[in-house]
Amino acid sequence: MQALTQRAKQVNRKPMTFMESLYLPSIFKGMGITFSHIFKKNPTIHYPEQQRPFSPVFRGLHVLNRDEEGRERCTACGLCAVACPAEAITMEAAERLPGEEHLYREEKYAAKYEINMLRCIFCGLCEEACPKDAIYLSETFAPASFARKTFIYGKPDLLIPDKNKDPEGYAKAKGLAN
Amino acid sequence: MTSLLAFDWFLVLEKLILIAVVIFGSLGVALYTTFAERKVAGLLQDRPGPNRAGPFGLLQPFADGLKLVFKEEIIPNTSNKTLFILGPGLAMTAALMTSAVVPWGKAVEIGDRVVSLQIADVNIGMLYIFAILSLGVYGIMIGGWASNNKFSLMAALRGASQAISYELAMGISLIALVMVTGSLSLREMVEHQMAEGNLWNVAYQPLGFLIFLICAFAECNRAPFDLPEAENELNFGYHQEYSSMKLGFFLFAEYVNMFMSSVIMSTMYFGGYDVPFLDESTLSTNVAALVGIVALMTKVVAFIFFFMWVRWTIPRFRYDQLMQLGWKKLVPLALANMIITGAVILWLQGK
Repeated sequence: MQALTQRAKQVNRKPMTFMESLYLPSIFKGMGITFSHIFKKNPTIHYPEQQRPFSPVFRGLHVLNRDEEGRERCTACGLCAVACPAEAITMEAAERLPGEEHLYREEKYAAKYEINMLRCIFCGLCEEACPKDAIYLSETFAPASFARKTFIYGKPDLLIPDKNKDPEGYAKAKGLAN
Repeated sequence: MTSLLAFDWFLVLEKLILIAVVIFGSLGVALYTTFAERKVAGLLQDRPGPNRAGPFGLLQPFADGLKLVFKEEIIPNTSNKTLFILGPGLAMTAALMTSAVVPWGKAVEIGDRVVSLQIADVNIGMLYIFAILSLGVYGIMIGGWASNNKFSLMAALRGASQAISYELAMGISLIALVMVTGSLSLREMVEHQMAEGNLWNVAYQPLGFLIFLICAFAECNRAPFDLPEAENELNFGYHQEYSSMKLGFFLFAEYVNMFMSSVIMSTMYFGGYDVPFLDESTLSTNVAALVGIVALMTKVVAFIFFFMWVRWTIPRFRYDQLMQLGWKKLVPLALANMIITGAVILWLQGK
């Protein structure tokens, strides 16, 4: 009969020798191995207290950036939504009114900006598509939740806190805290 | 009325207290054995084990128990209801009954009264233990049969035949032990090992001890002989249909059994409450009793660790391998051990 793969091996069906049939020598050997593992360092990371460090290129939860003056960078051009392969991003644009120059950098801004975190595949194409450097993937990830609708993140969840007004929140959103 | 008053009520009281202490003590030990099992498993497998409930996870057994209590109690409507409920109860009762003849220590002095730390010093203590161990399999059998489930029945059959097969070798290895000590009472057995110039029985009966140890694993349904609850071939074995605290009772009885086997092995082969190289008669009664209990418990803990160590090392035996080991290896070995022991004793007497 032809072997199905090149890795096929003949099974050794030799009857056990007396020592083997006693099982004891191999049992003692095995117990020696398991006992030696008591003294080994265990690699567990105790999750909520300890966290595995992410690499700098980790693609996590999205943040909507602000510029140096704390104004929103997003101009609601929709390129991220177009680029998104999972169709997770929706937005509605609005025109900046006089007197709102300190809030929005461009004349047009996103009045509504939503990302469905259950659809998102964290590919980072939105980040690459954005001409205004407005959307970034941070080094945190979406926390677990019991309801589907809580995974649709709106502007309040995504918009990064102002670096000048809330430095702690800013660091946390970027995944730089802890 | 006077005859009632003449009765030694203090004896009844002291025995009742001792029984309560022993039963709740063994349940407490079994409770924490479940925790220790998971911790030891973690140690041997490079992981921390349960560490969330309370400091170091010490409340874990209570969390587990609470979970079991709050689970829905399901009794299959095709089952034999009486026997279905009787099964886990019987398993637990049989597991706890063994403790009656075990000498936990020599004696304590309360006032001018000497209280023996043994519930009943039966002169056939070993036969009693042997009988109760055989009863233990009824819990599995009745539980498995009453479930009216093919897998459970199969597991019950396996459990029964396994217990019967290994009891044989166990009994024969104990006969050799009786020849050495010359008594069936566990108290006298310990005294014999403590006596001046005598070593622990394991020194006279190493082969007998090995056979007894292997059989104890099989009798407790512990890995590598946990065939009655083999998940991969019998789903969950004899406790497949059980839920809530009835399942808990089965699982718990297993741990009580493990504790009791450890106690019995320490008593019969490792000197019981004897501390090596220490003459207990120089100490006061109460101190000696305390030292004795600590010594016995140390040995028991070592045995329990050994049970776990083996469980997390060796894979389960195949059923035919189990039967072969029992009948073709252990029984002849035990017989040879018995004959050699007898011959040596006769030879020593003839000299």
